[in-house]
Amino acid sequence: MSKIADGILKAVKQVKGGVLVDHHKDTKDMATVRITPPERVILPMQQHIGAPCSPIVKVGDHVDVGQKIADSDQYVSAPIHASVSGKVTAVSEVKVANGRLLPAITIENDGEMTLSEDIKPPKVENKADLIKAIRNSGLVGLGGAGFPSHVKFNIPDDKNIDTLIINAAECEPFITVDYRECIENTRNIVDGVYLLKDILGFKNIIIAVEDNKPDAIKILKDIADMDNHKDNAVKVMTLKSKYPQGAEKMMVQSATGRIVPAGKLPADVGCVVANVGSVAFIARHVRTGRPIISRTLTVSGSAIANPMNVRVPVGIEASKVIDFCGGFKKDPVKIIAGGPMMGTALIDTDVPILKSNNALLAFADETRTNKKERACIRCGRCVAACPMNLIPTDIEALALSKDADALGKAGIMVCMECGSCAYSCPAGKPLVQYMRLGKDVIRQAGANK
Amino acid sequence: MKKLTVSASPHVRSSYTVPDIMLDVIIALVPALIASIVLFGFRSLLITVVCVASCIVFEYISRKIMKRDTTIGDLSAIVTGMLLAFNLPVTIPLWMCVVGCFFAIVVIKQFFGGIGQNFVNPAIGGRIVMLVSFSSAMTNWTEPLKWKDGLDAVSTATPLASLEIGGNITSLPSLLDMFLGVRGGCIGETCAAALLIGFVYLLIRRVIKPTIPLCFVGTVAVIMLIAGKGNFEFMLYEILAGGLLLGAIFMATDYATTPITTKGKVIFAIGCGIITAVIRLFANLPEGVSYSIIIMNILVPHIESITKPRPFGAEKEKKSKKEEAAS
Repeated sequence: MSKIADGILKAVKQVKGGVLVDHHKDTKDMATVRITPPERVILPMQQHIGAPCSPIVKVGDHVDVGQKIADSDQYVSAPIHASVSGKVTAVSEVKVANGRLLPAITIENDGEMTLSEDIKPPKVENKADLIKAIRNSGLVGLGGAGFPSHVKFNIPDDKNIDTLIINAAECEPFITVDYRECIENTRNIVDGVYLLKDILGFKNIIIAVEDNKPDAIKILKDIADMDNHKDNAVKVMTLKSKYPQGAEKMMVQSATGRIVPAGKLPADVGCVVANVGSVAFIARHVRTGRPIISRTLTVSGSAIANPMNVRVPVGIEASKVIDFCGGFKKDPVKIIAGGPMMGTALIDTDVPILKSNNALLAFADETRTNKKERACIRCGRCVAACPMNLIPTDIEALALSKDADALGKAGIMVCMECGSCAYSCPAGKPLVQYMRLGKDVIRQAGANK
Repeated sequence: MKKLTVSASPHVRSSYTVPDIMLDVIIALVPALIASIVLFGFRSLLITVVCVASCIVFEYISRKIMKRDTTIGDLSAIVTGMLLAFNLPVTIPLWMCVVGCFFAIVVIKQFFGGIGQNFVNPAIGGRIVMLVSFSSAMTNWTEPLKWKDGLDAVSTATPLASLEIGGNITSLPSLLDMFLGVRGGCIGETCAAALLIGFVYLLIRRVIKPTIPLCFVGTVAVIMLIAGKGNFEFMLYEILAGGLLLGAIFMATDYATTPITTKGKVIFAIGCGIITAVIRLFANLPEGVSYSIIIMNILVPHIESITKPRPFGAEKEKKSKKEEAAS
């Protein structure tokens, strides 16, 4: 350990709050396995934050792997590509993980996996080229939120950005996708880091990892010390393993000591935060031209027979992924898309996997999820846990009384719904739900004005 | 496949619950209970049992009458019963205990909405009502360790009553006796050693943070050191005498009636310390801890409003003059 620690940065500032959750990184030593392509894929028209796409193919069309099948003329959006080759059998509404109905394109796999002729490495010589390439690749933040990456990297000229923070914290329990990326795709991460540095001109690049992943730290340290870059601009920073260390604003504070003002973005304090998987993807896209048509998922939890990391085509149904992992060994009580702290509970397993999904977890018991709700005893654990310095228990009362003004003053809009408050509440209060309720009260009050 | 549970995130929770917290407080009070039995006899245990039982019964009945769900399972009534019992002299008639418990649970706790809603600490509220109603029975102190001789209780004064600035401290129990609790006083308050064991347990279990007890006792210590013109012994007697440690560790740390932020807790505890010292030095009252805590309890909403934390990244609130004029 001591050898690894040489020359590794420590966090500039310890972030406040957060909770110590059990890591459960059971799949960390399992090499990523490629899934057999499914008979069909379902590609919803919105797999990102921003404007939905419109289909540019119709039922009966033949599509190839990597062919663009949907796009939008809006700026904050990301095109969608076919993840298998075959015939478009439906353009209809489907149910997605969060329960919403979205228009989607269904492709029947012809088993050929013919690569589209459109796929060729983009010419990337300057910022405009790179942004265009990233947009064409359909990349959205692979860390879970799904913000279109070309928007994030297209920094307006009036903003002075000096620091790129590469997020490999992976603070959610169970998920080991970013960790495997560090171990298996080191080459792409190196290329991505230096590509972004050279083209976008970042002065500092900080790769941030939690200190419970020494192997990843070592590999990333080697990347940072690469010989051909002697200007020492790339550094690895270890962070205390504490949820929600990987949240964007927390990350900026840990790495630079800067505080992102409420309602602003990291770019407003000179930082861009990108997921390590996204960085590696950009390098691969620039080399091969392949758009985002597959992604790695951690499949784990007490109900899964063979927990593992799997590379799946975007649009595969969750049930097929679970079958590939040996199905259920116990009856699942709860299935989650994403991590246990911020993920979405599934109604059913016939929903498609989206670009931004990073895990599929199935649990046989939920002893810890269903705590009896009691009266608040004002113990202050939620206040101590809130990384955003809010008083969740006060906000609960304000949300129930629908006091939009007071909610705004209480700062509810900075809440990122990390779940630390509800996790630590001994009274079993669903505090995140009250936070969402409160935000809704504000939105409605805004709409009524 | 069975129907899946669909609920909002987070999907994992800490295993610590409200009854766990209350159980930890009860465990932390056990050393003081044992000490009280050793020092004042089995009547201490009887008082504690009566108080705990009546608190549970009152809580159960009042919730039933108010048609609310039963909350005795959260164990908070047991904590209130124990704390109230610890604040009583060993000679107290049992019916008075029941009256005190009624006030603590029904009037102070349940009339205001039950656990977490009471504006003052129920045990202290109950004690103060008893102190006002039965003042002689509540200040009838007996000598410790005499119960084994089978004699009738021997009346004594508490060290606190004998403590005077510049007075003769040779008539007082030794500091070691004070630390071990061999002195007159309420059954649960005298043994500092037992209370400190409970304090350490609460800290280890992270039930409380040391902020309030340290600031409270520290403030009293500083004021007494100044008042005693630098007499260190006088200061130590002041800390060990009366109900300061019991109050600072177990009552001034009650979640519901103390501020939620650390800054607020510091203000609260310093306020408690100042009021306690002022009452002890200047007022014609036997003890100031209970009054200081109850006064600060009432001020908690005001402390909270001036110590609200600023949300992450929010700008410093600049009250414009117009707004100030309007309010």
